[in-house]
Amino acid sequence: MIQREEWSGFQGRIWKEEVNTRDFIQNNYIPYEGDASFLEGPTKGTDILWGLLQKLQKEERARGGVLDMDTHVVSGLNSHEPGYLCPERKELEKVVGLQTDQPLKRAFMPFGGIKMAEDACRNNGYEPDPEFHRIFTEYHKTHNQGVFDAYTPEMKKARHNKIITGLPDTYGRGRIVGDYRRVALYGIDLLMEKKLEDLELCGDGTMTDDIIRQREEISMQYRALKDMKTMAASYGFDISLPARDAREAVQWTYFGYLAAIKTQNGAAMSVGRISTFLDIYIQRDLKKGILTEKEAQELIDHFVMKCRMVKFARVPSYTQLFSGDPVWATLEVGGMGQDGRSMVTKTDYRFLHTLENMGPSPEPNMTVLYSSRLPEHFKSYAAYISIKTSSVQYENDDVMRPFWGDDYSICCCVSATETGKEIQFFGARANLAKCLLYAINGGVDEKTKVQVGPDYKPITSEYLDYDQVIAKYDSMMDWLAGLYVNTLNVIQYMHDKYYYEAAEMALIDSHVRRTFATGIAGFSHVIDSLSAIKYARVKVIRGEDGLAEDFEVEGDFPRYGNDDDRADDIGIWLLKSFLDKIKKHHTYRNSEATTSILTITSNVVYGKATGSLPDGRKAGEPLSPGANPSYGAEKKGLLASLNSVAKLPYGWALDGISNTQTISPDALGHDEGERVGNLVHVLDGYFDQGAHHLNVNVFGMEKLVDAMEHPEKEEYANFTIRVSGYAVKFIDLTKEQQLDVIARSAHERM
Amino acid sequence: MNGCSSKKSVMGFIHSVETFGSVDGPGIRYVIFLQGCRLRCQYCHNPDSWSRRGGEPVSAEDMLLQALKYRTYWGKKGGITVSGGEPLLQMDFLIELFTRAKEAGVHTCLDTAGQPFCRQEPFFGKLRRLMQVTDLVLLDVKHMDSEQHRRLTGHGNENILDMARYLSQIQKPVWIRHVLVPERNDEDEYLRQLEEFVRSLKNVRRFEVLPYHTLGQYKWEKLRIPYPLRGIDPPARERVAYVNELLHTGDYRGYLED
Repeated sequence: MIQREEWSGFQGRIWKEEVNTRDFIQNNYIPYEGDASFLEGPTKGTDILWGLLQKLQKEERARGGVLDMDTHVVSGLNSHEPGYLCPERKELEKVVGLQTDQPLKRAFMPFGGIKMAEDACRNNGYEPDPEFHRIFTEYHKTHNQGVFDAYTPEMKKARHNKIITGLPDTYGRGRIVGDYRRVALYGIDLLMEKKLEDLELCGDGTMTDDIIRQREEISMQYRALKDMKTMAASYGFDISLPARDAREAVQWTYFGYLAAIKTQNGAAMSVGRISTFLDIYIQRDLKKGILTEKEAQELIDHFVMKCRMVKFARVPSYTQLFSGDPVWATLEVGGMGQDGRSMVTKTDYRFLHTLENMGPSPEPNMTVLYSSRLPEHFKSYAAYISIKTSSVQYENDDVMRPFWGDDYSICCCVSATETGKEIQFFGARANLAKCLLYAINGGVDEKTKVQVGPDYKPITSEYLDYDQVIAKYDSMMDWLAGLYVNTLNVIQYMHDKYYYEAAEMALIDSHVRRTFATGIAGFSHVIDSLSAIKYARVKVIRGEDGLAEDFEVEGDFPRYGNDDDRADDIGIWLLKSFLDKIKKHHTYRNSEATTSILTITSNVVYGKATGSLPDGRKAGEPLSPGANPSYGAEKKGLLASLNSVAKLPYGWALDGISNTQTISPDALGHDEGERVGNLVHVLDGYFDQGAHHLNVNVFGMEKLVDAMEHPEKEEYANFTIRVSGYAVKFIDLTKEQQLDVIARSAHERM
Repeated sequence: MNGCSSKKSVMGFIHSVETFGSVDGPGIRYVIFLQGCRLRCQYCHNPDSWSRRGGEPVSAEDMLLQALKYRTYWGKKGGITVSGGEPLLQMDFLIELFTRAKEAGVHTCLDTAGQPFCRQEPFFGKLRRLMQVTDLVLLDVKHMDSEQHRRLTGHGNENILDMARYLSQIQKPVWIRHVLVPERNDEDEYLRQLEEFVRSLKNVRRFEVLPYHTLGQYKWEKLRIPYPLRGIDPPARERVAYVNELLHTGDYRGYLED
């Protein structure tokens, strides 16, 4: 057993024998059952720094969304001189470290794809060093080039026609969360030692593909750890040894995360679950009398401020999919331990409290791991912060814990992975609504008129017959699932090869478990369309080319979102069928296939590319986001809608089932006390039924309309709303997306 | 509605349901709006619930089964609220629904304007039975002056005020609600009478002023009924605050302990 003086006062054994952060946490944290009255406001230093950052953010917006970009440096762990938010008064920053040498300056990251890196510069008025083009086409291949070398014509066609969308084939795949806490707990030297041991134990000498690859990867991880030390040293910190106090623990942890965001531009770059861990250090210092509550809050405020500064260079097509410049610096609080104790500590409060000290913000993507058994005071405080800021999402710890244990992190918007033990291959989405039209039209795309899917017989009858549609849909989904998985296999293979996440993987066990995430778009529209075909009469309106252009529905039919099993059961069938089809196929590195029902803001773009549907949705209109019922379908109020979504078994969509709801304050209760109490009841009731996720917005429509029309008003500068799977500043959304958010049924009672 | 209904169970005629009612009784409520009302309130936001024909027929037994799907959200305080239309026009349904609800341990709340109230049989006997299975009554008092009340709603108010007195007499907890409509029922003189009247009751747990809103206007247009309050804006925030003070609504805090 290793002993370190930095660990004095810490209990437990196993975490000293092996790298095991969870064991350290379980042996040392103290659950907190009290209320929020201990919390402290911002320090002067916090106010100054936050003021500076807000000024920069304003300038960034004034310049069209980008403050500055690198054009002459390729981003790496040690590519930049140290950067500060306030270089004149460095001592104010209790947590230091920027992605580049300047705040909000976006790094040049070509390894995902040189063209996309160059386009991101040019679209924002910057000209990248021409030498880079030569280097990354002639001398060094990128992920993007690898993927396109291997794609089949069919894959390119499916991608182009947007039946498979949002593929991470031009930038980082993201969704890999390092256990950044390891840097603080063990220090880099010990982690390097462990990786060396792993390398020695890797294989029996027979050099299979797997062993060769793993040896190469562990060596890359080892080097990344070494580089992290150099990076930290440039800021004046020696992270070779464990953190000695709370400030170091926060800083060391952040350095781990900084290493990830300096080297990868994944769609999601999560921070992970760090609150309970950091609380142990803060408690120790408070007890020793070397830290005050005010200083503890300042550390958390400053850590969070850094998370609010994470930026990547993106192209317009990316921004259309994921609007509002999100990075999914997802960070969790709350949750229950396997032993039944709540994992809520004072630091879980401190993280939520940053939304009061520095106002609402989309990042970090603040996530409460919810259970109705969480301490009542904490549930109320989270609800109170939700009502005040609309910046919090909730995920059901009670359904995730059986799968991922009590030390999982949310690696994207809503998907769980066991921290430090597991990674997820991110895999975009299949548009199942479009697939239904392919089934009706015999594989011909309704928009481009190109034969994309297999040349199956189209449906030619005037009225749609349910059994016939289901049979054809089933075959078309079979085709789509196979193509989709294989497209992803290509992407994940090439990403490992050309854009391997060495820094993140260095903070994860060498023998890592892998899941293979797929996703569904258009969920509610398929349910309602099939329900219309089953319970009403759907007439096909065909164009001159014989393709179904529109549909006329005669009669009434049950819709998803009203707690009506006739419709909801179709949804359950759809999810299960799709997952079963996905699972049939070989997945890269024998990862475990999962699926999700979440679309982020991409529902608008997917909708544009999708023709009219039998449920009455017209061509080009946005799809409903995530697992949300369709707009206007909900006739029985919020809880009926929640009950419909809650019926979807989480075990069949382990990658997540995203649901976003907006409640007007007046509909939530007469006063703040009632609103908090009622929101807690809504969360208890929803999650006790096994639902997975809920985004909660509390505001009226008038506020949205006013913010859209008057984005310049000071009060809207940080006006944050939850959209499918993340939060954004409302004024950063495209106009189309703003209208989409407004159009969605808010639960306002007449 | 799903499920099969037992033949013995009384049928109700349902206008609609709202699964998330948060202001119609304590906690989160499953609100059942019954079809049919004799009042023709000028500010009604559900004129489509007036007609006594139509509505979806649902048995009391099925209605409760539907509601119980939301029990998980109710916590200690929530439950079901029957509103309308005018629920007291479907007395037999209401009695059975609430009886079954109480057997299942569900908090029951009746949201009524009191218009059908009278002390004659068979109504009065039924009301007494209903009150045995009703935990809370939300009673609308729309105007203190009977003539004005008639102009506003089409009916006088004598029996409505009598119902309030009856509920006081039997000590049934009530929330008194007054929808504040500018130019129709917001004269200080009548508000003072209202204040006095409510003060004379012994059972008031909460007293609320609900500012009139225009969200129901489109329904009038859809039904092609001329909207009698055209041009009248919702009362200003200050006016609502003033009326709350005038009526001393803040004194009625019993609901906080319920």
